[in-house]
Amino acid sequence: MFKHSKKLFAILAAASMLFVVACDQQGGKQSKGKSKTLKNTQSKGFVRCGVSQGLPGFSNADAAGNWTGVDVDVCRAVAAAVLGDASKVKYTPLSAKERFTALTSGEIDILSRNTTWTLSRDADIGLTFVGVNFYDGQGFMVRKDSGINSVDDFANGISACTNIGTTTELNMRDFFNSRGISYEPVAFEKADEVVAAYDSGRCDTYTTDKSGLAAQRTKMTNPDDHMVLPETISKEPLGPVVRQGDAVWEDIVRWSLNVMIEAEEYGITSSNADSMKTSDNPQIKRLVGSEGELGAAFGLDNDWSLRIIKQVGNYGESYKRNIADTGILPDRGPNQLWTKGGILYVPPAR
Amino acid sequence: MKLKKILPQLLTLLFIVLIFGFFTMNAQENMDTRGIEFGFGFLKQEASFDIQFSLIDYDGSHSYARAYLVGLLNTLLVAFIGIILATFLGAVIGIARLSPNYLIRKTASFYIEFFRNIPLLLQIFFWYFAALRALPMPEDAPLLLNSSFMTIKGLYAPSPVWTNGLTFLAFFILAIISIICFNIYANQKQENEGKQFSKLYISTSLLIIIPLLSFFIAGVDLSWSFPEIRQMSQSSYTFDGGFKIPPELIALTLALTLYTATFIAENVRAGIQGIGKGQKEAAASIGLTPNQVLKLVIMPQALRIIIPPTTNQYLNLTKNSSLAAAIAYPDLVLVFAGTAMMQTGKAIEIVGITMATYLTISLIISLLMNWYNKRIAIQEK
Repeated sequence: MFKHSKKLFAILAAASMLFVVACDQQGGKQSKGKSKTLKNTQSKGFVRCGVSQGLPGFSNADAAGNWTGVDVDVCRAVAAAVLGDASKVKYTPLSAKERFTALTSGEIDILSRNTTWTLSRDADIGLTFVGVNFYDGQGFMVRKDSGINSVDDFANGISACTNIGTTTELNMRDFFNSRGISYEPVAFEKADEVVAAYDSGRCDTYTTDKSGLAAQRTKMTNPDDHMVLPETISKEPLGPVVRQGDAVWEDIVRWSLNVMIEAEEYGITSSNADSMKTSDNPQIKRLVGSEGELGAAFGLDNDWSLRIIKQVGNYGESYKRNIADTGILPDRGPNQLWTKGGILYVPPAR
Repeated sequence: MKLKKILPQLLTLLFIVLIFGFFTMNAQENMDTRGIEFGFGFLKQEASFDIQFSLIDYDGSHSYARAYLVGLLNTLLVAFIGIILATFLGAVIGIARLSPNYLIRKTASFYIEFFRNIPLLLQIFFWYFAALRALPMPEDAPLLLNSSFMTIKGLYAPSPVWTNGLTFLAFFILAIISIICFNIYANQKQENEGKQFSKLYISTSLLIIIPLLSFFIAGVDLSWSFPEIRQMSQSSYTFDGGFKIPPELIALTLALTLYTATFIAENVRAGIQGIGKGQKEAAASIGLTPNQVLKLVIMPQALRIIIPPTTNQYLNLTKNSSLAAAIAYPDLVLVFAGTAMMQTGKAIEIVGITMATYLTISLIISLLMNWYNKRIAIQEK
């Protein structure tokens, strides 16, 4: 008995000391650095990126586990900028419900998962939206033989499948309420189950962002039996999100995206980026790093933007590769440059 | 010597307090740096999302607290139905497992081995998507029992429409009270005079006759609202009137029942087999009928073995009902720890409330079952 308690005492004493040491380290981590996230990323050697569980065109893994999509390209651009290699990204697939907790708890450093920028998300829950990489809106998918050709044909008692934890759930209520239509919301945790349930006939309509509808339609048993109604019932600006409280990291992610869009504006592509170094246009020279000291503001070298353009490409290349060529949404619609009739307009990188 | 006994305990306590303190501090610090505020004020805010299936009046204009209540009631509903069905099915299968008939015995064994060894989530998906594939669209659904329709969108059944429903409820409660009084009286009579009543028959008759009386003397009336098909568009239909049980609830109840019943069946079998053969023979030798042997000698003893592990199964069933989120049944996890958590971002508060809720439900079930277990335990005199 005596011996036993002595041993226990020793174990507890050792544990308490470990605890004190752990506390100390925790305190050390809080010390002022330029950007904690940047430092951590550089020492780990990869960017921790939260993506969807599979949305063609935005973030989708192939059989070999290679991720592609416009959302994935944002993370790749950041990896190219801060680590010099666009492939150094660790992807974490997240459900709509898990995504914000994963970001605020520090499991990931960028959330690039077709996430709608709203006031309450931006202000309330410890997140900062850094920009928009896809302008979307909520729509409805129905069966072609249903005789529903517009949202005006919706009748009382319609059942609508969707995901939980999305702005979709709220917009749907606003939409049906304002029209005085009673409806049955059938909300699933994962997108695959939503598709399966709608496909089997459980619901009369499937509602989410239109880009999502276009992508998920390809997963139906007979994609041609379904169509997306022309109406858009909400604004859904989708963009990457970072944790609140690290302004430098926030700037890096924001400007990595902006550089891609501005590169398209100035006609810089992954193939001609090197030759643009000797361009006459000073703004092009700044973007490819042959003039000015833009990277220094973030603590990066001057080739950071050149690497993004060379390794990931400009926004137009990314869109073409992931969304247009895959047949999801060949028409860029609002996601065209402001100079070509769209609304993509970013502040100048200078 | 005394100090040496207390010191380790004090240190353990200190250690636990420090650990909790560390986690609280850590969470607080991190929430501060990210500008997240801790608080339960959000419960009063408007929820602004709708829920598919609710036992109480609810729409998006109600508060988050009300949405929590909807989720809680849905969880309790599926747990309640599941526990009752699983107990019946488990008892039947457990007894069938001991049947002298080869076919019955082997079928019961096969059922148990099959359903016990497949992960529950897979079974839930199977029943849900199998049901969705197999069930007809509303317009093709056959009429069941001249009143109901089983469709891919759910089971539509007639709903009762009461006139003076409260009076009926009063008569019903009166019936329950009179049954309790009668049973106390019958027990006393048996204790004092050895006179036996057929308690089951008289209780059942009371339960039927007294509420029925209310129809004749108190002006209670009951009519039914039948579901009627309505065309929504060219090819989509729905039903109006009656009440609707969503397919999600049916699939979830089915999966939970079939899964949990296997464990209860094994408990029942173990309980019966745990009673020595001598007990049965001794009871028969003093002239009890086989029915009396089962009722008065075997079951009271078997229950002592069956109840404690079956309590565990009830708790498991209740907790497993949280898998509902996978198939869109709006239980506590889907509604509160799902949608509400996403819309408010109050992860710590909501997960805390949800955990406390499940803990409370489980403790209440344990309490009830422990009370029952004590009642049937051997009374040492």
